[in-house]
Amino acid sequence: MQYLCQLDDIVPNTGVCALYKDKQIAVFRLADNRIFALDNYDPFSQANVLSRGILGDLDNQVVVASPIHKQHFNLESGQCLEDEKIKLTSYAVIIKEGAVYL
Amino acid sequence: MKKRLIVVGHGMVGHHFVCQAITLGLTEQYQITVLSAEPRPAYDRVQLTRYFDTLNAQDLNLVDTDIYSEKNIQLLLNTPVTAIDREQKQVHTEQDIFDFDILILATGSYPFVPNVPGHQDPRCFVYRTIEDLDAIIAAAKTSQVGVVVGGGLLGLEAAKALTTLGLNTHVVEFAPQLMAVQIDAQGGDLLRKKIEALNVKVHTQKNTQCIEPGIEHPLRMKFGEDQFLEADLIVFSAGIRPQDQLAKTCGLTLGERGGIRINDYCQTSDPTIYAIGECALWQNRIFGLVAPGYQMATIAAQHLSGVENKKFEGADMSTKLKLMGVDVGSIGDAHGRAPDSQHIFYQNPQKGIYKKLVTSVDGKQLLGAVLIGDTTDYSNLLQLYLNNMTLPEEPEGLILPSLSGKNNALGVAALPDTAQICSCYNVNKATLCSAVREGAHSLTDIKNCTSASTGCGGCTQLVKDIMQHELKQLGITVNNHLCSHFSYTRQELYHLIRVEELKTFDQVIAQHGRGLGCDICKPTVASILASCWNDYILKTEHAGLQDSNDYFLGNIQKDGSYSVVPRVPGGEITPDKLIVLGEVAKQFNLYTKITGGQRVDLFGARVEQLPAIWRMLVDAGFETGHAYGKAVRTVKSCVGSTWCRYGVDDSVGLAIEVENRYKGLRSPHKIKMAVSGCTRECAEAQSKDVGVIATEHGWNLYVCGNGGMRPRHADLLASDLDKETLIRYVDRFLMFYIRTADRLQRTSVWLEKLEGGLDYLRKVIIDDSLGLAAQLETEMANIIGTYQCEWKTTIEDPIRLKRFTHFVNSKRSDDNIVFVQERQQIRPATQTEKAQLSSLEV
Ligand code: SRM
Ligand SMILES: Cc1cc2nc3c(=O)[nH]c(=O)nc-3n(C[C@H](O)[C@H](O)[C@H](O)COP(=O)(O)OP(=O)(O)OC[C@H]3O[C@@H](n4cnc5c(N)ncnc54)[C@H](O)[C@@H]3O)c2cc1C
Ligand code: SF4
Ligand code: FES
Repeated sequence: MQYLCQLDDIVPNTGVCALYKDKQIAVFRLADNRIFALDNYDPFSQANVLSRGILGDLDNQVVVASPIHKQHFNLESGQCLEDEKIKLTSYAVIIKEGAVYL
Repeated sequence: MKKRLIVVGHGMVGHHFVCQAITLGLTEQYQITVLSAEPRPAYDRVQLTRYFDTLNAQDLNLVDTDIYSEKNIQLLLNTPVTAIDREQKQVHTEQDIFDFDILILATGSYPFVPNVPGHQDPRCFVYRTIEDLDAIIAAAKTSQVGVVVGGGLLGLEAAKALTTLGLNTHVVEFAPQLMAVQIDAQGGDLLRKKIEALNVKVHTQKNTQCIEPGIEHPLRMKFGEDQFLEADLIVFSAGIRPQDQLAKTCGLTLGERGGIRINDYCQTSDPTIYAIGECALWQNRIFGLVAPGYQMATIAAQHLSGVENKKFEGADMSTKLKLMGVDVGSIGDAHGRAPDSQHIFYQNPQKGIYKKLVTSVDGKQLLGAVLIGDTTDYSNLLQLYLNNMTLPEEPEGLILPSLSGKNNALGVAALPDTAQICSCYNVNKATLCSAVREGAHSLTDIKNCTSASTGCGGCTQLVKDIMQHELKQLGITVNNHLCSHFSYTRQELYHLIRVEELKTFDQVIAQHGRGLGCDICKPTVASILASCWNDYILKTEHAGLQDSNDYFLGNIQKDGSYSVVPRVPGGEITPDKLIVLGEVAKQFNLYTKITGGQRVDLFGARVEQLPAIWRMLVDAGFETGHAYGKAVRTVKSCVGSTWCRYGVDDSVGLAIEVENRYKGLRSPHKIKMAVSGCTRECAEAQSKDVGVIATEHGWNLYVCGNGGMRPRHADLLASDLDKETLIRYVDRFLMFYIRTADRLQRTSVWLEKLEGGLDYLRKVIIDDSLGLAAQLETEMANIIGTYQCEWKTTIEDPIRLKRFTHFVNSKRSDDNIVFVQERQQIRPATQTEKAQLSSLEV
């Protein structure tokens, strides 16, 4: 388990990018303080940008939209909604005393 | 060998005949030749007056000449036919002789000019062709007073044109009232009052006896002993006469008062010769409207092809039009001439409305109607009349304003299938309904597959109503909801937010939506909130709504780096500021480029560098250029009168003022503007959402232009404005757009979808027809008063600055952003280059 940041470092309804053993992880916080973590790398644009996407829900799934070309990824599973062949790694996150751990 | 078919006259109807001939495959049997007296292919004469707006004849063109050549149809312009030889079956022009097997006469009509002595003066004109208009425009340049002879439909249209040209305008009418053919005396009185209120002087019961040289103006029209009127130019619009000279000299049967006699298939007394359009006389009637002419063209073509034996059955002459902004409608027996007919009136002098119904004795059938000042009931009444439908118990309900709020109009459901909905293209209700059933679910689809509503446009509302009704019948819900979280359009959401003074997305979705929101509704609501309340967009409650571009106040690039675009109002920049741009770019190793918007873009900034870059820029007096936002972008300028030898006004000064006024304004899509110093238009203002061009008398205001993927020329909204009025109109225009447009809809598309189009927009912006102007101006003043440079606010706020790091838990940079050198500057490395570089490092 590695410490990433304080919960308050993430503005509600946005994401941040955290460094975890040389990997870039996008960590998202919803308004109800649910936290999700996915790869930060957007396979479509090949850029490390997913933490900067807009959060929301589509077809009863919580998703993030890539800021480059708007593909959606399920926050829980990492599954891309537009292309079933593409699935990001999702990570389990733990919150303890206002801190976020992976 | 193919048979030869010759069409004489390439007006609206001649052209329509050719189109029908193509559709019906007549080009397989006939070699078609069209001989035209005019110098250009057929154009939209009905819209002739629009020529004054653009002075571009091409805008009125109806003909796709490629299709003509594809079908091997010969179109000879400037080639009047001088004679017809029926024995030899030949037509003669000045140069040539053409053989024919079938001849179509579509020679139209000519303006009637009463034989008053002096009418040949070169300052006397008619109003029928583009050349006529050019001549009037040229003469108007040196004129102050213009007179139109004739107070009918066309006369009033000509009068409007003269006022647009800036002339002091008079209308002289022989009858005791205006539009005596279409409306009754009481309606005529009201129309006159309305037209006089527009500064046109109306003289009825005046018979011009002669035209002589005047004293104050070159022409003097004498009406009686010492009654006269002086003018600089005169336009005759005293009716039309069928162009039947050719037919007459070759011995075809004419009517007693002219017109080429035709049977129900549009054949003349010689069965190989057809006559269609305004030159043709059917059952002793001439039809001076385009729709019946189109019907004749179709019937003649069908008759020739033998596919169908439809007969011409006459046409309804009801009209609805807008004369100088005054709505006028006339249906059937407007004068109530039928014996024992009953008349029902409604009059509201204060609002300038007059309506009359003419019904049968028993009050069950509608025989005619007159509507002045308000024609909303027109299509409803027209359908009742055309389909001979039984009127409701209390027919007055049809024209009384509905005080109870209940709608008196008969629903489209009540219309019979045979009801003709579009008279221009003869489309009935059944055709529309089956088009909907076959999948046409939008007005555009319907237009494409039935042609309905592509002519005069008068039937558009009815076509839409029928479409909607049919869709409902089919159980199809057409929704233009924003997304799955909101069952509202952007416009409806805007109103809810404004009226209920909602200030955050959470409030909006809690009260009017469901779920968490998405990348469609969040930025849309963020944009509406900004347009309404102009809050700082990075406030915690707004932050998560913004597109990444807005969230980091820069445009994200393909590799995740950002661009930096400082505002350069009007494109004017001092050497010192240019040097600062250079220094910043050098210090942070940014790629620099001059943009198409007259400023400089700096690319390749990493997210963590943005605050330091902007610190330097803000200190040097730069502000954000909002290149990342759906907001006002740039106001381009040309050199203007300060330096340019052609400039008539200071375009740079105005551009800077305009840009500073509207900078930061958020909107449904980006807004671009430009100001040119003269008609040479070096700033390309006519391709902008708002374009301004200096004239000798002030500024012309153009709106709704677009470059980009679907270029659109801007429309002239108003001319010769002083600066104050100009700014006022722009305030209103922008706010009205923000209020009503869809998300991501540029002004160009918005205008094309706006019901009533440019005329409606003019009414709202200039005449304040919705009574909104003051409110729109206040809303704009509020935005202007609360402007802040988002970057300045941001660099002064440590909390906001926190987000400008790539990692929340490390100071490192994103190692996936890699640049290589090209032409002495950086550019993003390609994937292959990245692979090579990293293998080198190992
Ligand atoms: C930088 C610039 C090209 C240049 O180097 O000249 C540019 C660059 C971009 N344009 Fe543009 N446009 C630029 C002038 C134009 C112009 C010319 C003009 O404004 O005079 C046009 C056509 C005029 C018009 O908009 O009517 C233009 C039509 C577009 C369009 C198509 C809009 C349309 O209605 O069809 C888009 C796409 C969109 O907005 O959806 C677009 C979108 C873009 C975006 C924002 C694409 C994106 O989302 O990343 C580019 C980002 C630039 C950046 O990262 O900073 N850009 N773009 C120009 C910036 C001007 C400025 O100083 O702000
Ligand atoms: C200002 C204005 C506004 C109008 N508004 C409306 C309206 O709102 N609604 C409506 O329904 N109608 C309106 N009209 C009437 C409408 O324009 C006409 O009904 C329609 O144009 C008739 O078409 P046509 O082809 O019969 O005649 P035209 O369009 O006149 O075409 C006849 C053509 O034949 C040519 N020609 C004549 N003689 C010869 C020859 N010997 N050899 C070769 N060519 C020849 C002429 O030069 C002309 O080009 C308006 C007309 C005007 C002028
Ligand atoms: S538009 Fe006219 S004033 Fe402006 S630069 Fe061009 S020529 Fe000069
Ligand atoms: S009635 Fe003219 S377009 Fe339909």
